[in-house]
Amino acid sequence: MGEIPVELKYTEAHEWIREQDDGTVEVGITDHAQVSLGELVFVELPEDDTVVNAGDACAVVESVKAASDVYIPLSGTIVATNQALADSPGLVNTDPYGEGWLFRLRPNTPTQLEELLASEDYERFVSELKD
Amino acid sequence: MSEPLIFERGQPGRSASAQFPRHESAHELPAQFVRSEPPLLPEVSELDVVRHYTRLSQMNFSIDTHFYPLGSCTMKYNPRGCNSFASLPGFTQRHPLAPESSSQGFLTCLFELQEMLKSVTGMAAFSLTPMAGAQGELAGVAMIRAYHVDRGDIGRTEIIVPDAAHGTNPATATMCGCTVKEVPTRADGDVNLDVLRQLVGSQTAGIMLTNPSTLGVFDKNIKAIEEIIHAAGGLLYYDGANLNAILGKVLPAEMGFDVMHINLHKTFATPHGGGGPGSGVVGTGETLKPFLPIPVVGTTANGYRWLDEADLPKSIGRLSAFMGNAGVLLRAYIYMRLLGREGLERVADYAVLNANYVMVQLRKAGFDIVFPDRRASHEFLVTLKRQAKSKGVTAMDFAKALLDRGIHAPTTYFPLLVPECLLIEPTETESKQTLDHFVAAMTEILAEAASNAALCKDAPVTTPVKRLDDVRAARQLDVRYQPPETDGGAQIVNAAAD
Amino acid sequence: MPFIPHTDHDTQLMLQAIGVDDINSLFDEIPDELRCGKLMGVPAAISEYEVGRLMRRQADKDRVELNFLGAGAYEHHIPAAVWELTTRGEFYSAYTPYQAEASQGTLQVIYEYQTMMASLTGQDVSNASLYDGASALAEATLMAVRVNRASKSRRVLIPQSVHPHYAAVTKAITASQSIELVQIPYDPNSGQTDLAALRSHAGTDITAVIIPQPNVFGVLEQVDEIADWAADQGALGIALVNPISLGLLRPPGEWGREGVPIVCGEGQPLGVPLSSGGPYFGFLTCREALVRQLPGRLVGRTVDRDGKLGFTLTLQAREQHIRRSRATSNICTNQGLMVTAATIYMSLLGPQGLRRVAAESHAKTRGLAAAAAMIDGVEPAFTAPHFHEVVLRLPVRAGAVIEKMRRQGILAGIALSSWYPELENCLLVCATETKTDADLHTYVQALGQQIEASRAAS
Repeated sequence: MGEIPVELKYTEAHEWIREQDDGTVEVGITDHAQVSLGELVFVELPEDDTVVNAGDACAVVESVKAASDVYIPLSGTIVATNQALADSPGLVNTDPYGEGWLFRLRPNTPTQLEELLASEDYERFVSELKD
Repeated sequence: MSEPLIFERGQPGRSASAQFPRHESAHELPAQFVRSEPPLLPEVSELDVVRHYTRLSQMNFSIDTHFYPLGSCTMKYNPRGCNSFASLPGFTQRHPLAPESSSQGFLTCLFELQEMLKSVTGMAAFSLTPMAGAQGELAGVAMIRAYHVDRGDIGRTEIIVPDAAHGTNPATATMCGCTVKEVPTRADGDVNLDVLRQLVGSQTAGIMLTNPSTLGVFDKNIKAIEEIIHAAGGLLYYDGANLNAILGKVLPAEMGFDVMHINLHKTFATPHGGGGPGSGVVGTGETLKPFLPIPVVGTTANGYRWLDEADLPKSIGRLSAFMGNAGVLLRAYIYMRLLGREGLERVADYAVLNANYVMVQLRKAGFDIVFPDRRASHEFLVTLKRQAKSKGVTAMDFAKALLDRGIHAPTTYFPLLVPECLLIEPTETESKQTLDHFVAAMTEILAEAASNAALCKDAPVTTPVKRLDDVRAARQLDVRYQPPETDGGAQIVNAAAD
Repeated sequence: MPFIPHTDHDTQLMLQAIGVDDINSLFDEIPDELRCGKLMGVPAAISEYEVGRLMRRQADKDRVELNFLGAGAYEHHIPAAVWELTTRGEFYSAYTPYQAEASQGTLQVIYEYQTMMASLTGQDVSNASLYDGASALAEATLMAVRVNRASKSRRVLIPQSVHPHYAAVTKAITASQSIELVQIPYDPNSGQTDLAALRSHAGTDITAVIIPQPNVFGVLEQVDEIADWAADQGALGIALVNPISLGLLRPPGEWGREGVPIVCGEGQPLGVPLSSGGPYFGFLTCREALVRQLPGRLVGRTVDRDGKLGFTLTLQAREQHIRRSRATSNICTNQGLMVTAATIYMSLLGPQGLRRVAAESHAKTRGLAAAAAMIDGVEPAFTAPHFHEVVLRLPVRAGAVIEKMRRQGILAGIALSSWYPELENCLLVCATETKTDADLHTYVQALGQQIEASRAAS
């Protein structure tokens, strides 16, 4: 099931969320997700200042065999996207929780943060996925 | 074996001069219209061309050279007579807009094709214009939408699709402005009726199904499905990709389908041509007949004519500049005449016999059959999940190892529901000897997977190239040749390699 | 049993292995009430010899001597090698190249094709083809709407001078995606798109503008002006072109200040016979930045694990079998066989040959128009330059003349009034490099005769 850093929060759609000091959150896909996708060849990111709702599909991660939607875990506004992925989509594979971050957003509904999964809940979820 | 690009074979100034006008005519066009740089086309002799493309052809697998047990593709023999007669000058030199008085021979063949297709499906009418299965599906879903809109029932925008369906089904629904609802498949391969009952309602436009399904089994509950959909006010679309399993045994109209397409390049033996052309003719019952795409062949007092917008005012319109893939239609017509009633009735017999035989032999050889307690239709599923887990040998590895044994791989990783699967469809034109050879090759690979997995993972080694780096193909996109002088390299997009 | 190789002995052994008594048992999962009886309405089988006689009889019913029809399907000389090579079993009966190692022949042909089409149209990349020119225009329209995110209107300007069947197909395929096709009239004198009418849309939100070259009348449009105007409006230009013409004419990648970013058209003139209307192939090319939005298949070059160059389908994640309901299109097929023929054709002609075919076709049509205009009452309908088709205005109804010339063994052209009611008595005629001066003479003589006959009758 790969690495699941304890300080992050998660969703069942295999995204991780890192709360920043300035009130924004950073979002990416988990190690489990990047392994099942395979080597990424392209990442399509939303535009800055886009207003989004929790559950919207806002980005696409594309490998040779699959193109998966990435869903916004929280309502808010996109404040930054990881431009390094344009030339190096493989950063999502090599460093999914660090240099492979996808975008940052400023949430507008703080209560939604509490609905995210803690690391041990995500770990349990992933282990149940395997037969 | 490898072959340089045709551009690399040439020499500046070389040409196949017998093939074009001897003199350059002055064109008298204003200068602003005229090209300043010639296009990048090869400068080669006719012999260069013949050698190059002959050698390239020799790097292909094809039905004419190899067994192709590709599930859901129906790779049966393409009779040479179909090609010869469809290529008669009277057909190939005929302009599509030639007047009907000069088109009776051609129109006769097409009308008779329409009639024969009606007979083998039970449908009331056919349009021959959709140029591929995906276009046939587009026509079918568009007709369903048009029907509901015509009745004022504009809220019906949902199309139900089984989770095991071919990707064209949901893609088509979206292209027609519909949303897609997936209905799950049960473990025995049939659609889950309980969930289906919950999914239908006043928003249901229809359902897209094939039977036998993409899982290779016949859904016995088709009548129940039909009742559920029709009761909810929806219509049923039949994806004819698997028609080879039931030709002459079951009429899709009698299963309750309102509209269907047929892949002529599958069931009716027209050539696959390295990716096309296909033909996705579409047939309807009485309900959807007024919406058929034009043109359709109709009769006159003493011959045939085209029916167009004036005759079919509710038609969904034109899908093709002219009348579809005429040459493919002629080939299908000739095939149906060669088989005749008796031959068409026998297709499913031997397609299903072949599939069940291979299934049983593979099971005896130690393969895991996905539905071991069910009859194979014209195809069946094997799963290599066990081998993938214990030895790391995947369906992809099996596929590549088959190439080394001179057999094209079966369909892999489709349907998506079944992990590490092979979908195997022998077709009726293959002999028992060929099938035994296939089983022997599969058995050999199974043994190799158990004792020396690395060999499978290295396959193929006998083909012109070994496994290709498709991550690099996508990341460093090189989709056209650039001659060295212009660009300094042969790559268009030079993303930094990861 | 045609094409079924099983002997009774084979069948017996197979049934035994399966453990059933007869083939019919294998259908026991199908409910009895669904089983159909014998197939009525299908004639009994005939032999290949009998089919051959039948087909020759049907084909012979439709033979006509001289073809001067264009209007979207064009007669050109096709070198013998094209179809001898294309119908080799290894090309003809090959499957889609999903197993790349077993399909290097087909894949390399497509890569070469992509190179030729990109260059011919003045673009960076080409896909592996679509079904035909009309559906290619529909796909190009969908692509432009996807790409032009700054524009929300989904309004696409389409000149009336675009082939009516192409407009109809584009409408049928895009209708359910909230795309509005707005017609721009043509100037009845020049035969070109009316620029004033086009410019009246300035300042509104336009997503794309379709630019035909030549248009359905054979007339050459003012493509630089239209391309620049579209770009200035923030609309994407979609060029709809004839591939033979590009041997001679400036390609869309070079129109106006920046060129047009999407190009499509009908590939049939490149080595595919008239074939009663199909199969043909559509081409679609574009700028590199738009490549991910290209529908259809794409072949890329890469290396194998030994570092050897090879070819494979790429960017498949855009396509239906992976992306499903979010795919760029539902398209599953490309016209592989026709693309093979076109690639071989373009290789045999080369840049010089293609230019000569274009120039000669233009010259023949110009000669025909000039000779026809010497007939009393006949004149060219439009003043603008043309490529290899021209509209002649006759002093009598075109339909009657066409029917009489057909009986003389000549397909004289299209009566345009069926598509454009305002173009009464107008005949659209095409002469390519396949017509000799004697053929043109025959045509003009017959035309003069039949016009006289029509006049005398009325």
